[in-house]
Amino acid sequence: MNDFGPILILMAVSGLICTVMVVGSWVLGPKKLTPYKSSPYECGVAPSGEANERFPIKFYLVAILFVLFDIEVVFLWSWLTVFQSAPLDYQIFTGLAMLVYFAFWILGDWYVLKIGALDWDEAASLAPEKYIDSSLPAFDPSTSLTPERVAVNS
Amino acid sequence: MQSELYTIPSIDWSLVMPFIVVVITGVIGLLIEMFRPKQNNNAIVLVSLAGLAGAFALLIPQLGVTTTTTFAGMVLRDQFGVLLQLIIVAGAFLSLIFSEPYMKQRRIAHGEFYPMALWATSGAMLMVSSDNLLMIFVGLEVLSIALYCLAGLARDEQRSEEAALKYFLLGAFASAFLLYGIAFVYGITGSTSLAVFMETLARAPGINDLTVLFAITLLLVGFGFKTALVPFHQWTPDVYQGAPTNVTAFMSAVSKVAAFGAFARVLEASLPVQEFWMPALIVITILTMTVGNLAALVQKDVKRALGYSSIAHAGYVMVALLAYLQDPAKGSLGTVITYLAIYTFMTIGSFAVLSLTAVNKSEGTRYQDLYGLWNRAPLAAGCLVLFMVSLVGVPPTAGFLGKFQIFQDAMGAGLPLLAIALAINSFVSAYYYLQIVRAVFVDEEGALRVQSAPMNAGLRFALVICAVGVMPILFAPILSQGKQTVTLSKMIESGAFLQRPVASVPLNPEPGEKVEQITPSAPLSTVTGN
Amino acid sequence: MLEVLPIASITRDVPITWFLGLGLAMFILGGIGVVTRRNPVIVFMCIELMLNAVNLTFLTFAAYGGSGINATPGGMAQAMNGQMMVIFVMAVAAAEVAVGLGIIMAIFRQKNDVDLDDMSTLRN
Repeated sequence: MNDFGPILILMAVSGLICTVMVVGSWVLGPKKLTPYKSSPYECGVAPSGEANERFPIKFYLVAILFVLFDIEVVFLWSWLTVFQSAPLDYQIFTGLAMLVYFAFWILGDWYVLKIGALDWDEAASLAPEKYIDSSLPAFDPSTSLTPERVAVNS
Repeated sequence: MQSELYTIPSIDWSLVMPFIVVVITGVIGLLIEMFRPKQNNNAIVLVSLAGLAGAFALLIPQLGVTTTTTFAGMVLRDQFGVLLQLIIVAGAFLSLIFSEPYMKQRRIAHGEFYPMALWATSGAMLMVSSDNLLMIFVGLEVLSIALYCLAGLARDEQRSEEAALKYFLLGAFASAFLLYGIAFVYGITGSTSLAVFMETLARAPGINDLTVLFAITLLLVGFGFKTALVPFHQWTPDVYQGAPTNVTAFMSAVSKVAAFGAFARVLEASLPVQEFWMPALIVITILTMTVGNLAALVQKDVKRALGYSSIAHAGYVMVALLAYLQDPAKGSLGTVITYLAIYTFMTIGSFAVLSLTAVNKSEGTRYQDLYGLWNRAPLAAGCLVLFMVSLVGVPPTAGFLGKFQIFQDAMGAGLPLLAIALAINSFVSAYYYLQIVRAVFVDEEGALRVQSAPMNAGLRFALVICAVGVMPILFAPILSQGKQTVTLSKMIESGAFLQRPVASVPLNPEPGEKVEQITPSAPLSTVTGN
Repeated sequence: MLEVLPIASITRDVPITWFLGLGLAMFILGGIGVVTRRNPVIVFMCIELMLNAVNLTFLTFAAYGGSGINATPGGMAQAMNGQMMVIFVMAVAAAEVAVGLGIIMAIFRQKNDVDLDDMSTLRN
């Protein structure tokens, strides 16, 4: 506790000072809000657009890829940590196990690339004929009742 | 000490063979999908069904084999696990076999459905065949993550995606609770093995240790979500309604069986502190049955009503489980297994019939959409009636046998409150099940939508199997054998469910540390004598 | 220059409850976030926070060798049990991220918006 005491005191004091300054200026200062004044300051230019701009959701693909490869390395790294000082038979056994693991991994990657799931613009990777039983009449959107329409009618 | 750390575990591949077969079949299915994406799914369907049948065939000889572990105690084979794996594989088979025509009608015939479903099955199998919390968790997540994807299979439909998102967020939330519980189990015992957990609890002076209570509470919350017990059930109706019907069938059977299998093991391991969780679970069970049935009464959508019905049935299974845990001499895990098997047939059959309502990309599963089904598809309608009657628990059906056995168990084990709640709930539930039956026979005149898909061979097969499955004749011979054990346990010679071998103590203990032999405690061994 | 302390000196000087308390705080904050936020991505980030709290707890127990009633000086195998669990939790969390973001993307493609309060098409 002795070692951390000064740090805690420092944190407490600095937090207190900040709080006092912010709250004090908010309480004491005069508040005259005009629309012009409450608008965000953008280098003197009239603000345009929304403040919390959204970025394309397609970037999530990058996030997905990153996370997956990240985790691949976690397994690899922890395995290698054990591997370097292990006896030979253990190295062979775990090596084979990792090979199986990577086989699955590469298969998954291959599949993802092959069906074009990572294409930036989503392409129709599957032909529609797969969905349709040829023995049935073709789909006609104008005649079919969707559940929503049923709900409205009832 | 260094060399002890590098021990290569001895592996008995026969224990994990069914599991491996299912996984590899999924991989083959994915390869097929990769190389002929624009053609039909017939090859994938055939391979998947063959793989499941193969796994089933590999599991059959394991009935009656003594309890063993392999992979350094990570995989456990006991009768309980093997029987549940059989139910899981059968459930997966039945829900896959009617999927293709349905998915074609809904224009969502993605070939990836089959590998995903197979991997989900493998996760479920793993979950019931281990008493190590690490493996239970991994199996649970393999099952759940595949199911999140499957629930969102209809990518263009808002309802499906919404169901997937709700299932995903609540499932991940529940996983976090479960994991936090596991973390504290690990903190208490230094191991993730349930056998070690049980032994530690039995050795502990009392249950006053807050850590134990905390750990068990978190585990209960986590499994409560997964088995859809009442305070944690909200996701169930939404997901059941929004997911494609074949996925709902799969989920309602496979995921429930797996979750109950793991839950039973966890609860049994925490038997030494049962005075803590037993009262809570009794209340939760009564709530589960009551809320499930009452909420189902006011539903207008059949899938949603069946979702609430599945909550109620989870409550019934809990009654059987609690009866066993309260008094293993009177209750029996066999009852749990039997009821789960019967429930699998009933629920998959019901959803299989409902899959007929999908025509030409649209699907209507309201009560009105079933009007006149009797005239359009007599076989399906007849089967639906049979399943509903069995779900109510009307005497000649297997549903009655199962419920009656649960009732007897609960009375015998000194839980009359649960038994009475079960009986009352069965009467209440009759109302909405019979409403579905009524809808089948109502004239088409007032119907809003009188389409149904043509009958197909896969559906016919699934229906016939399920219809046979709810025939009491399957279970009647077992009933006549003994007065107390109307259960599958009679069929198994060793019969010691959940018996834990010594091998599951932590691998490589410290040199000086004494390893205590874990012998099955009294409640476990009494099952054998029965 | 920072000196990296060996685990033994940390476990000697810092009580276990500090780490457990931090884990609990993270877990509770994550839980609050899950129930109060409306954006599924942020909800999911909160779930990740909860999983990380779990990981911290696992590692704490692994380093300290157990807590209350069965506190033994942690052996190597015992510590590995917890560390192994952490790796699997991370892997599962990553898989959940992939699936979750995929589902969110699918919803975004349909509605051009993701707000949990608008998720109400599934009802009686």
